[in-house]
Amino acid sequence: MKLIKSAIAGTYESSDAFVRVEPAEGVKIDLESSVMDQYGDSILASVRDVLKNLDVSGVSVAITDKGALDCTLRARVETAIFRACDAMDNIPWGTKI
Amino acid sequence: MKNALGREIPDEILAGGKEVFQGQHHRDGYQYTKDAPRIRANVKPKGDKVLPSIRDAIIASGLKDGMTISFHHHFRDGDFVCNMVMDEIHRMGIKDLNVCASSVGKAQNSLVSCIEDGTVTGLSTSVIRDEIGEAVSKGRLKNPAYIRSHGGRVRAIETGDVHINVAFIGASTSDAYGNASGKGGKSDCGVLSYATPDSEYADYVVIITDTLVRTPNFPASILGTNVDAVVVVDKVGEQSKIATGILRLTQDTRELMIAEYAAKCMAATEYFKDGFTFQTGGGGTSLAVTRFLRPFMDAKGIKMDWAMGGITAPMVELMHEGYIRKLINDQAFDVTTVKSVHTDPNHFEITAGQYANPFNKGAFVNQLDFVILGALEIDVDFNVNVVQGSDGLLQGAPGGHVDTSAGSKCAIIVTPLIRSRIPIVRDRVTSVTTPGESIDILVTDYGVAVNPKRPDLLEALKKTDVPLCTIEELRDTAYKIVGKPKELEFDDKVVAVIEYRDGTIIDVCRKPKHLN
Repeated sequence: MKLIKSAIAGTYESSDAFVRVEPAEGVKIDLESSVMDQYGDSILASVRDVLKNLDVSGVSVAITDKGALDCTLRARVETAIFRACDAMDNIPWGTKI
Repeated sequence: MKNALGREIPDEILAGGKEVFQGQHHRDGYQYTKDAPRIRANVKPKGDKVLPSIRDAIIASGLKDGMTISFHHHFRDGDFVCNMVMDEIHRMGIKDLNVCASSVGKAQNSLVSCIEDGTVTGLSTSVIRDEIGEAVSKGRLKNPAYIRSHGGRVRAIETGDVHINVAFIGASTSDAYGNASGKGGKSDCGVLSYATPDSEYADYVVIITDTLVRTPNFPASILGTNVDAVVVVDKVGEQSKIATGILRLTQDTRELMIAEYAAKCMAATEYFKDGFTFQTGGGGTSLAVTRFLRPFMDAKGIKMDWAMGGITAPMVELMHEGYIRKLINDQAFDVTTVKSVHTDPNHFEITAGQYANPFNKGAFVNQLDFVILGALEIDVDFNVNVVQGSDGLLQGAPGGHVDTSAGSKCAIIVTPLIRSRIPIVRDRVTSVTTPGESIDILVTDYGVAVNPKRPDLLEALKKTDVPLCTIEELRDTAYKIVGKPKELEFDDKVVAVIEYRDGTIIDVCRKPKHLN
């Protein structure tokens, strides 16, 4: 997928994550997390996994995580990507996401 | 040296005769001679004890480098006294002080700069939060801080482990001879329970008040016979932050469910009979337990003899409605409670020693049937951490947790299984505040676990519909949902010592590496 604009998803509430994505050269991930020491590596791995799954190779991702579960975090990143690609129809439910 | 819980206590902490923790009743029957203050006798009548300023009182006290001073926290987040005194001490250039406080948080933030520049080099407290918690976690304090429970603080003062040279006691009202009280005035805090041992064991006692009243200011929590000087200031605190308005009962379905489970557990035990005794904290879930108890008490036609602790409006209401015979108060959290402790004949103020000191001839905690408590973390041996966040920062309080759980017949921990991805039930807690042997039941939103040392309670709970499981199952459920957390990395530097209520060392807190 190719990003055509910047987009956001999520909130700053506890147990959620706020995700902002924008088109960029290569993949850049900027992570701030309330559970950085315990789950920072696992969060970064999940974000990379989502990007790979959606074939995104040009993106800058900024995440402010307030202790979101892995499923929440993935959903927020996916939503932000689809919004940034203006993908409103034919969302690949059950396959890619 | 490893203690009874397998926690490594460094030798330098044990130098000077400290022992490692060896079980909650290890020091039962311990004999000692109480510490005593050095008194300057007031033989010649001098009219009154009023001095013109805090500075004059500090000079009169003879405060010098290296001494120990003390504060209490009854003005809570609205306290002005600690900052006023520390600002003056700072200006006078006195250094290397040891501060023995009953709590430090937002309102005592001046301690941070005093720690940074060496005005304060030692700290003993029962609550540590906010910027001071962060400063101590970073190792800014020269000596490790001592974290003591409310009962443990009194024990340390009465045994002489801590000898207070000068006590600065903020009071809502005082007369000119130092009979002081938490009642009335512009900054009404209800009770002065935590300041009583300071007034009895400090060499020099200063009362700081904004409301001087006619003699005698009776009933007095602090006796004028223990007071050297009285200072009158404009304001000792911010009333709206001393006692909060009515705390709204939680609407959070998760908290309500946990509270209902806890009430069902209580009602199923043999202790739930007429005349039972009870304490609960001021957190959302704990307060809600009080509400859920009512129908169970109705069904059995029983009343509670007394409820104790930090008292809140729901407790006062239960007393007014006839469910509780008496209230025993060591801290007043809201305006309803402050008003009640002044006017209700069955609502009594007690001292911190009467409440929780393990080294007197029997404190009220020993007569508790039930206590409801929270946890930041709990391990599969039921050891609880309420001092150190899972990120390693000191942001908590043993408060009365350690004392009430050790004293009561049935100590119940109420907590969600997961908070913002942090698994509360886990293999190992960041540091131990309360030993697992003090805890009887753990109630979470995913199930209720009974400590294996209490098969009797497990049998009793089998008659209820609460979802019983083992604590290992709760841990596994938590890890399945959030993933197993990576262990935090720590430096060797010990920033705080967690002293058990009997004076033995139960754990130490080291500086988290991410703060480097």
